[in-house]
Amino acid sequence: MRRAFVNARLLDPASGLDQTGGLLVLGETIADIGPHIRPDQLAPDIEWVDCHGHCLAPGLVDMRTQFREPGEEHKETLDSISRAAAAGGITALVGLPNTRPVIDDVAVVEFVARRAREVKLVKIFVYGGVTKGLEGKQLVEMGLLREAGALAFTDGLHAVRNAQVMRNALSYAKAFGALIIQHPEDPDLAEGGHMNEGELATRLGLSGIPTAAESILLERDRQLVSLTGGRYHAAHLSTAEGLAVVRRAKAEGLHMTADTAPPYFALNDLEVQGYRTFAKVSPPLRSEDDRLAVVEALQDGTIDVIASDHSPHDQESKRIPFAQAEPGMVGVETLLPLALELYHKGQLPLLDLLRKMTVAPAELLGLPLGTLAKGKPADLVLFDLDRPWRLDVKGGVGKSKNAPYDGRPVQGQVRMTVVDGRIVYQVAEA
Amino acid sequence: MRPRLGGSCDSPMGGVNPTPMDDIIFPHQHILGIEGMGPEAISTILDLSESYVDLNRGRDKKRSDLRGRTVINVFFESSTRTRTSFELAGKRLGADVINIAVEASAINKGETLLDTAMTLNAMHPDVLVVRHPYSGAVQLISEKVECAVINAGDGWHEHPTQALLDALTIRRRLGSLAGLNVAICGDVAHSRVARSNILLLHTMGAFVRIVAPPTLVPAAADRLGVDVYHDMEEGLKGVDIVMMLRIQTERMRGSLFPSQREYFRYYGLDVEKLKAAKPDALIMHPGPMNRGIEIDSDVADDINRSVIPEQVEMGVAVRMACLDLLTRNVIANFDEDGSAGGNT
Repeated sequence: MRRAFVNARLLDPASGLDQTGGLLVLGETIADIGPHIRPDQLAPDIEWVDCHGHCLAPGLVDMRTQFREPGEEHKETLDSISRAAAAGGITALVGLPNTRPVIDDVAVVEFVARRAREVKLVKIFVYGGVTKGLEGKQLVEMGLLREAGALAFTDGLHAVRNAQVMRNALSYAKAFGALIIQHPEDPDLAEGGHMNEGELATRLGLSGIPTAAESILLERDRQLVSLTGGRYHAAHLSTAEGLAVVRRAKAEGLHMTADTAPPYFALNDLEVQGYRTFAKVSPPLRSEDDRLAVVEALQDGTIDVIASDHSPHDQESKRIPFAQAEPGMVGVETLLPLALELYHKGQLPLLDLLRKMTVAPAELLGLPLGTLAKGKPADLVLFDLDRPWRLDVKGGVGKSKNAPYDGRPVQGQVRMTVVDGRIVYQVAEA
Repeated sequence: MRPRLGGSCDSPMGGVNPTPMDDIIFPHQHILGIEGMGPEAISTILDLSESYVDLNRGRDKKRSDLRGRTVINVFFESSTRTRTSFELAGKRLGADVINIAVEASAINKGETLLDTAMTLNAMHPDVLVVRHPYSGAVQLISEKVECAVINAGDGWHEHPTQALLDALTIRRRLGSLAGLNVAICGDVAHSRVARSNILLLHTMGAFVRIVAPPTLVPAAADRLGVDVYHDMEEGLKGVDIVMMLRIQTERMRGSLFPSQREYFRYYGLDVEKLKAAKPDALIMHPGPMNRGIEIDSDVADDINRSVIPEQVEMGVAVRMACLDLLTRNVIANFDEDGSAGGNT
């Protein structure tokens, strides 16, 4: 199979490439790239795709999603999330271990790998739990899980609460060079809380979670990283105070990296007004000041990665009183257009933005993905950078529709998604 | 404006041309909270309530305004006072009133809140009176049913009829709410009564202070436009109204304050602390009281200053007014549809 993508704006954050040209795919890999790949230069047997000047970038690598399979297939399956991810320009997904059963054992990793081969749309990876049953007590078999394919270790939606367990996890994981990913929220301060602590929570009569819940745990972990020399990654950061801890850790040269997700730079806690359970996420949507701090941290590099934090939930988990509703939003289909808001507002250069969704997460997780270099897998996203449209979560391809973005005007739309040279998504031509 | 008591028609509900609406305009389909309610709407409820106070004190307490209407009290959280008050209000207006305690029944069978709402809706009630332990749950129900909904307390959020009956009690004693200084004392953080009262008192032009230990003050109290005091005597200085809140027993087990003894010492209302307030300041409590914890019996039973029994009395009148006003809107809706054939 030989296919060329021509007349594209080639964007490769890894090499800083931003120029008009083409890209040649042989089989599953990128064979050549550059301005010299033009329709009139191609051998006649090469099939070519006219990109009409749209952006051709490495397929997005989404380092934080929830598959729901096995266990909660009524919310999402590996099939439905793969199709949704492909529609969102994502070519590699990493799932949290909070499936049922949880991923704390080699058998479940192998189950997901087998199902991923059957679905065969986008690339699917998983994390293993840090602890057995995600209960925060006994470490999982990190070595064996790594061999089976677990990319890194996290207890998912649960923070590793016990400092000694976290210390040991960071320390033990060094033997395998493994990354420990934390949900940085102090469980005691967050207990019983449903939204950001502040005026709206007070008015709505909902118990709040203070921002200190994030920074306190991060500060503890910063010292544990310093003590152990382990590799630590803080997921979905949401507060100015929490980001300050990561900024300091980086300045000290510690291996402490961070990601955030679109809700934390595209929304603030006012979204909860009217008890909108679609706006319930964990950590909660924060104040406008915190949202601006997240944007600033994306700009200064404190936040390395943007992930979707895709958390599918059915109506029974959301059409209930706010306090009882499950936290989480779907996000794979809206990741790129929401992230592009940062570019269109002039807050991040395009390549810097794409880096946080391609090569940055790939490097962090040790995946040879996220670049347009010769010899790399032909995982690509073609998108129209400027096209204005309105998000349509209800009309999405994912199984669950829980996100408060319906009707939001955005700019930038995925035209085509390619995984290992195969076209897995293509927008219907109008 | 004093609305009608009698009504110009013997059967106000009957016929395709219901009783003229008089001049009362009540622009709300539901009463979910004081938030969003303007001073006119609040005054309308209080004015109409006055007439029902007179009725309730008379010998014949029964009217037929709501004959043929169905009121369902749905309580997802136990309550005796509020439920009885609504039940009496409905019955005195001639409605059929049914009480449902959902705690132990449907929820345990896995039926969701909205399923329960839909089931009740299918029985064509005219008004649902709902209490629920979670904030926002009553609003959620109101979005799924066709009838009027009254919030009888949702979580820590609002308890609008309590604020209205408090306002009626104050207004009857002091003439007006405007310009009064009101101290709300106790567990404001977890109190729906406090939230509704703060909103109502501000809307009607009163000044509100809260008096509580720092652990029982809500996180953004300053944003509510109240003055916060941690010293009770200072907080009560010169106030016209001392509004005590009930300390929930479950809160006493947490880490919010160390003991009942210490709480009473610093935040319990007794004769000594009350001296800081105006000499004729009124004492209020939404009940049920924890005597010796948040309020001393000497104060609670002071017949010259405690209006606690009167609050209960006003509760029935206010709830009658709420039921009356909301069902008038229902009649109007039926009339517009042209579907109000006979005693619908």
